[in-house]
Amino acid sequence: MNELLTKLAECVEFGKINLASPYPPQMKGQEGADEITRQALEEGINPQDILSLGLMPGMERIGVKFRENKVFVPQVLMSAKAMSTAMIHLKPHFLSGAAKQKGTFIIGTVLGDLHDIGKNLVAMMVEGNGYKVIDLGTDVGSDKFIAALKENPGAVVGLSALLTTTMASMEKITKEIKDALPEALVTIGGAPVNKEFCSKIGADNYSPDPQGVVEFLNTKIA
Amino acid sequence: MSKIIQEIQKGRVLVSDGAWGTFLQQKGLQPGECPEEWNISRPDDVFGIAQSYVDAGADMIETNSFGGSYFKLKNYGLEGRVFEINKAAAEISRKAAGTDRFVLGSVGPTGKLLIMEEVTEGELYNAFKEQSIALEAGGADAIVIETMTDLEEARIAVKAARENTRCEVICTMTFDKIIGGEYRTMMGISPTEMTEALVEAGAKVIGANCGNGIADMIGIVKEIRLVNATVPILIHANAGMPHYHDGVTTFPESPDDMAARVKEIVEAGANIIGGCCGTTPDHICEVRHVVKSL
Repeated sequence: MNELLTKLAECVEFGKINLASPYPPQMKGQEGADEITRQALEEGINPQDILSLGLMPGMERIGVKFRENKVFVPQVLMSAKAMSTAMIHLKPHFLSGAAKQKGTFIIGTVLGDLHDIGKNLVAMMVEGNGYKVIDLGTDVGSDKFIAALKENPGAVVGLSALLTTTMASMEKITKEIKDALPEALVTIGGAPVNKEFCSKIGADNYSPDPQGVVEFLNTKIA
Repeated sequence: MSKIIQEIQKGRVLVSDGAWGTFLQQKGLQPGECPEEWNISRPDDVFGIAQSYVDAGADMIETNSFGGSYFKLKNYGLEGRVFEINKAAAEISRKAAGTDRFVLGSVGPTGKLLIMEEVTEGELYNAFKEQSIALEAGGADAIVIETMTDLEEARIAVKAARENTRCEVICTMTFDKIIGGEYRTMMGISPTEMTEALVEAGAKVIGANCGNGIADMIGIVKEIRLVNATVPILIHANAGMPHYHDGVTTFPESPDDMAARVKEIVEAGANIIGGCCGTTPDHICEVRHVVKSL
């Protein structure tokens, strides 16, 4: 495999954004995802390969480490930052069709809940694994989810909640999405949510960590 | 009135209060509603909570101001009323606490991440400063900075409260037990790292709140004591992890379950015991009984 792509995967895994970034300490003074992505494009490496063989393996490795409690939220956020820096260079190629994302994921924190750290983590992890992400923000009702689904046929919806009081909201939104669009797939997550609750409310998947959402999408969309 | 640390230095074990958020929900707080706004619109309900913990035998009463910072109130368009809302929170708890109990002004995280550059250190400092000053103005004896997961944010909050008020500053973080059996906050901070950093930042009392029930808190207290033999430790434990069933949220640990662990947690080195989400005046009453018998 191309050496640049191997390096790019490492930048994403360890959260190395660009040359100027002091993080992580062991990569100080080295080029980051920003420079390497630009260089890869200049050398004529296929944008699709940059995504699939550079960014995605790096994102997957950090996702697995997060699941195994080997790293924590800050490391994942730095990886996501490195990834999104690289994505800026790739965006024109997605728009031109030279590179394709695997599918679309619509995410939001449910109505009544304003917490967004978990939702953002999932959104970034999913984007870094090759999906287009539509982030509807926090305090989102079923009408917005349904409208986004209608604009993006075949997309999967992710619902996030931190508060036990908003689990009822998650139940209601899942039901309303399923009533409007019976084919739509809904994956749920958040501190108070579990597998039992997922099957009770008729959602299609529960994941305790972002990597689980990626794996669900990979089986359903990719 | 003496200071909390003076009481602890006398060898006393103190009892703090229980949950506020889940209690407000019982009184009708709706999802999406601003809990702190009740200090203005429904002060009698808020007072009722404070009074019920006084009646249960708590030595200190928190305030309904966990989400009272500029950044949290901004979610409801209330960021221009930080002083009014926090001052009212402290006044309500003061009224219930009288002169022989402590009032702890509650300060929660802003929800903004320094690492993502969503906020600067200066902005965080100013937000915690504004909130702490208002809580002191309403009669708080101490500021309790709680549910922290990021050490930088916690440190900035401690500094802001310490440099701008005469209140004693308490700071507790929220830990999970990770796969290896150790304790870490969501941001990866261990009780050991917390202890060193917060004592250095000037917190007079440190500890843990929320989390996964009182049993895990024993391990956290032990870890803090290994690195610091003297700093007073406060524990506000959840009544376990919440269960949601048919629209009703319940917490698994009963008042007796909680009380059964109090002796052990005090022996591990905790100085102040109270509750977090899901605990009730009955929990605090049982904790009081055990503490009295120690």
